[in-house]
Amino acid sequence: MEEKKLAIIATKGTLDWAYPPFILASTAAALGYETQVFFTFYGLQLLRKDLSGVKVSPLGNPAMPMKMPYGPKWFRDVNWNMPNALMSIVPGFESMATGMMKKTMRDKGVASVEELRDLCQEAEVKMIACQMTVDVFGFSPDDFIDGIEYGGAATFFEFAGKSDVNLFV
Amino acid sequence: MAEFDQELDATGLNCPLPILRAKKTLAGMESGQVLRIVATDPGSVKDFDAFARQTGNELMESGEEEGKYTFMLRKA
Repeated sequence: MEEKKLAIIATKGTLDWAYPPFILASTAAALGYETQVFFTFYGLQLLRKDLSGVKVSPLGNPAMPMKMPYGPKWFRDVNWNMPNALMSIVPGFESMATGMMKKTMRDKGVASVEELRDLCQEAEVKMIACQMTVDVFGFSPDDFIDGIEYGGAATFFEFAGKSDVNLFV
Repeated sequence: MAEFDQELDATGLNCPLPILRAKKTLAGMESGQVLRIVATDPGSVKDFDAFARQTGNELMESGEEEGKYTFMLRKA
């Protein structure tokens, strides 16, 4: 059986959007796919050694449920209908939402973004940082984890053109 | 209960961890050996079915008891 291939473009740098590329890439690798992820624009945030800057913002995110990861079940089940445009101007609200999301994910047995990224590297998922956006945003290779490669759109297409599945996240 | 060579406790873990851990455990096993997996993620039922079909490892049996899902995979 010839090895299948998956190519993903990761363009988002928020906590909620950090999960899909790493979950899909690690799972595909486990299923035997040769997998590459091309990180561009805000997606470059997901390659940083320090992921503490990766947060989730309720601003402009009206579908985001607001449930407390603390307290008895009836309390956890309440969906706090807070006007997110209003809450987003409250200092510290983004950090609070980020902390809540991380806790909820942990409580539900979902791996952290760091863990998923490690699993991808362990499974030999090839990660490519878009050289152009690295330059535009003024990143240095020291900002990023080891074991990644740098390339441009042509590099992406060399693999994507042979892939069975191509995803833009 | 059927015989197995190794057991993986994936209780409390959610997608995609049960699959990733199973893959990793199978990598250290020999062809023909059987891995028993215990999970609590309801999504793992369909996922192990799909995993088996795509990787060629045989899903010999699967079952559910008191919210725990068990799978027997024979390494290809």
